[in-house]
Amino acid sequence: MAPDQPPVHGTAASGSQRCDCYTTMLDLVGRTPLIELPRLTRGIAPRVRVLAKLEGFNPGGSVKDRPAVWMLRDGLRSGALRPGKTIIDSTSGNTGIALAMAGAALGYPVELVMPANVSLERKRIVRAYGATVVFSDPLEGSDGAIRLCRERLSENPSRYFKPDQYFNPVNPQAHYESTGPEVWTATEGTVTHFVAGIGTGGTVMGTGRYLKERNAGVQVIAVEPDDPWHGLEGLKHMASSIVPGIYHENELDRKISVATDAAYEMVYQLGSEEGLVVGQSSGAALLAALQVAREIDEGVVVAIFPDFGERYLSTTFWFGWRDWRERNAARGGARARTG
Amino acid sequence: MSVRVRIPTPLRRFTANAEEVGVNAATIGAVVEELERKFPGLKERLCDEQGRVRRFVNIYINGDDIRFLNSLETSVKDGDEVSIVPAIAGG
Repeated sequence: MAPDQPPVHGTAASGSQRCDCYTTMLDLVGRTPLIELPRLTRGIAPRVRVLAKLEGFNPGGSVKDRPAVWMLRDGLRSGALRPGKTIIDSTSGNTGIALAMAGAALGYPVELVMPANVSLERKRIVRAYGATVVFSDPLEGSDGAIRLCRERLSENPSRYFKPDQYFNPVNPQAHYESTGPEVWTATEGTVTHFVAGIGTGGTVMGTGRYLKERNAGVQVIAVEPDDPWHGLEGLKHMASSIVPGIYHENELDRKISVATDAAYEMVYQLGSEEGLVVGQSSGAALLAALQVAREIDEGVVVAIFPDFGERYLSTTFWFGWRDWRERNAARGGARARTG
Repeated sequence: MSVRVRIPTPLRRFTANAEEVGVNAATIGAVVEELERKFPGLKERLCDEQGRVRRFVNIYINGDDIRFLNSLETSVKDGDEVSIVPAIAGG
């Protein structure tokens, strides 16, 4: 069940009024809560607030529900998605889950191209929604999935509808119309810094545009791995990747590079100190948000937490993590190694 | 033992863009050392300061994760295929 309206400042988020029943799962997308992290934000200036927007509360379990639903509805409106079509896209996982859920709810078959090393949970979740999965070479990462998806589409273009999350402007538009207004309303217009990781770039672009329209002074900050060789699942190192067409770096105020080990440490702390088990990209976002928070005397920093952590529990991220933390702590910890 | 090592895209800058390289070694640890000898800088990407495989690095031998075998002590034999698999990026 989706959460009630965010409690921050006691105000309601944007969107339609909550009621007791909904027509489809798609109606539950958005209106996610913001939460303060009292333990992990100790030591920042008293007039600075750090808020995490918990996108794991979306019905498909991640921020990707927003672009998925927006892109499919846009396809239905334009007629590009119509009976007989199969929805196809390449994904590192969360968009696949979102498309599989939304496709099922709308009555359309879904075919997903994913790197073969996506977590077991992700494979099982998309199959539970009835989607078909095609695996790409794990050594080529998400760019390999992008290429394989293009090949399949070119072999049979009339069969498919491709939302094309990396190039479809409706992806950032979803965040412009939902995430942005929610952040603005929940903070009563006090947000000063918006922090989000770059996967496709949709979240940071669309939300950033909306917030800057409301207040040009809002700083829009993207988070990316500090190296092409990294372990921050879901985040792209832009300089070494196929750059999404929806990503426009000139609209950002700043990029913060995050080291994998430091982001991992953040995730482990969130679990044991805040009661919040999230994915690695949330750890990266919080690390960057805390860096920003320590640089200012006053402000409201909002960070996007793209998903919860359950869908990574089978991965090596959680294998032997206590031992790793102890070793890390013994040699000075990973906290300081931010980019 | 002659084994084939499949190199992921982000690390091919170390191998002159070679997708696969051959090395002679008896264990995965020796494979890593041999890779470092041929392609300096590669070991630091795979292992931490204490010589352990980094948390986000997955090394497979014929499809099996070495974490669930004998990690760097895992033996290799002629014809084995070793794959270095990255995390999944982006969307």
